[in-house]
Amino acid sequence: MAALGRPHPALVAGKYLALAAYVAFALFPLYWLVKIAVTPDRLVYSEGTRYWPSAATWDNFREVLGSDFLRFFGNSVIVSLSTAAITAVIAAGGGYAFSRFDFRGKRLVSALLLLTQMFPLLIIIAPIYRIVAALGLLNTLPSLIVTYTAFNIPFALFLMQSFFDGIPKDLEEAAMIDGCRRMQALRKVILPLTLPGLGATLGFVFTAAWSEILFALMLIRKEEHMTFPVGLLNFVSKFSVDWGQMMAAGVLALVPSCLFFAFIQRYLVQGLTSGAVKG
Amino acid sequence: MAGIELSGIAKSYGGTEVLRDVDLAVGEGEFVVLVGPSGCGKSTLLRMIAGLEPISAGELRIGGRRMNEVPPRGRDIAMVFQSYALYPHMTVARNMGFPMEIAHRPKAERAGPVARAAEVLGLQKLLDRYPRALSGGQRQRVAMGRAIVRQPQAFLFDEPLSNLDAALRVEMRLEIARLHHRIGATTVYVTHDQVEAMTLADRIVVMNAGRIQQVGTPMDLYDRPANRFVAGFIGSPTMNMVEGTPVPDGLRLADGTVWPAPPGARALGIRPEHLHVSPDGTGLRAEVQLIERLGSDTNLFCEAPGVGPLLARVHGDVNVALGSTVVLTPDLARLHPFDAEGRRVVQIR
Repeated sequence: MAALGRPHPALVAGKYLALAAYVAFALFPLYWLVKIAVTPDRLVYSEGTRYWPSAATWDNFREVLGSDFLRFFGNSVIVSLSTAAITAVIAAGGGYAFSRFDFRGKRLVSALLLLTQMFPLLIIIAPIYRIVAALGLLNTLPSLIVTYTAFNIPFALFLMQSFFDGIPKDLEEAAMIDGCRRMQALRKVILPLTLPGLGATLGFVFTAAWSEILFALMLIRKEEHMTFPVGLLNFVSKFSVDWGQMMAAGVLALVPSCLFFAFIQRYLVQGLTSGAVKG
Repeated sequence: MAGIELSGIAKSYGGTEVLRDVDLAVGEGEFVVLVGPSGCGKSTLLRMIAGLEPISAGELRIGGRRMNEVPPRGRDIAMVFQSYALYPHMTVARNMGFPMEIAHRPKAERAGPVARAAEVLGLQKLLDRYPRALSGGQRQRVAMGRAIVRQPQAFLFDEPLSNLDAALRVEMRLEIARLHHRIGATTVYVTHDQVEAMTLADRIVVMNAGRIQQVGTPMDLYDRPANRFVAGFIGSPTMNMVEGTPVPDGLRLADGTVWPAPPGARALGIRPEHLHVSPDGTGLRAEVQLIERLGSDTNLFCEAPGVGPLLARVHGDVNVALGSTVVLTPDLARLHPFDAEGRRVVQIR
């Protein structure tokens, strides 16, 4: 029994070694980002492959913060937060309907939603451009919010549907017998249990919108409305790339993502529904 | 408390009819058990009473009021689900007080009924816990507590003990019986377990294939099953059934033995406890194929050539060897005659 209960120490060590190797592999690009960001310009090429530069500096950060980058950054925050919020609301409503109701055309709508996920974005860039132009939204942040929301809804909706599917129907029925209207049951019983799902959806959509560049590049030409992935390209000039500042901007761009996930991570914790139904 | 009346209730999904011609009156304070095999429509019927399934045809009245179009929250009923359906993000106390919370009763007013229900069910020490920290039996108690706190017109139970292990099931069964005696609430209880039905019910409703087969007290159903389905479903072990050819004084079985039966009978049922091993050697000869010694009783699984398998339940232990031949005689007063369609033939004496 002891052998069953406690695995061999070598196995445990091997497991952690494999995990450590994976984490190192996954985090290495981040480490490199930070490393280049603190490397003075004059050392970027001469000490290119060293694991840490012989001298470190905050100059790159200072320059980035003094540039237009903060505006790009602000634009990205507006676009990503709005997209995440709008998408989550629509996906939650749609996901609930898909999970709980049988309605005419349910399968068709579901198939159409799936279909939208099958085309490479490049194919539809031109039509999207025409539509946005016709709506008079070119060079505005709402153009990005609308487009991102439209493209994220199908996946987010299926994600939310799977979370609603995981909540037993009995709970809602019990609430309705206990005196709730359907909306009350949704608000008092189902919604609190869906927070992990909402967190995951918000996180997913936020990250997708935060790092999107294709539409941002096509639909926004004016500098004051650019988002930061497009803004990053400003560090590339005709004859050189300002690696240090670009990486510093990249490091700064990670901050909101990290903050956002830190904020929603407690809702991401699973197992909230355990104990609802049988043992 | 209020009675529940069902008249001509039917349910169909699309073109498929799952319930038909259900007429039933549950009296005030009566404990009625709906029992039947999986898919017989008993849970659907309960959900229709609760308002969770629309009624396709017929009328439902609770406390004399027509309820067909009334949503669940307006029916003043409480339901205990098979899955317990406790709200996982609420403590035991809040779970139990939830119906009152929804009815906007102030917190101070809710505390009393919750505390009283907790005391009845022995949950006082668990009020601050969350459902995930409770055992199966405790969760079941909380679910019952939530039902009691409301003081509804009627209680509905949907296979409440199915998820519990055998020992706990017996304990909770007693608890439900005690609770019913104490509160005396009108109750409709669904189960597929005939022991639960027999022990809890004032009256049992046996259902099969969407129709009521028989309604009666547990002993009615045991002593006078209306058809072969009820005969086979009620009683454990299952009733023996032998077919025969009608002769003037009864039914002649395949081996030539004649058992008394009224005219029109094509089959005779006999419960295992009413089939005896005859010491004098006249009766149905059968080979003993399996012996189950239960201590208080012994089950003899026999095979009578041409007649089929027969089970005799003998009180105490019996000195019979496996493979030996025994002679079986029925308690003649306890034979259940059925006609070719499986209906009970009324005996005229």
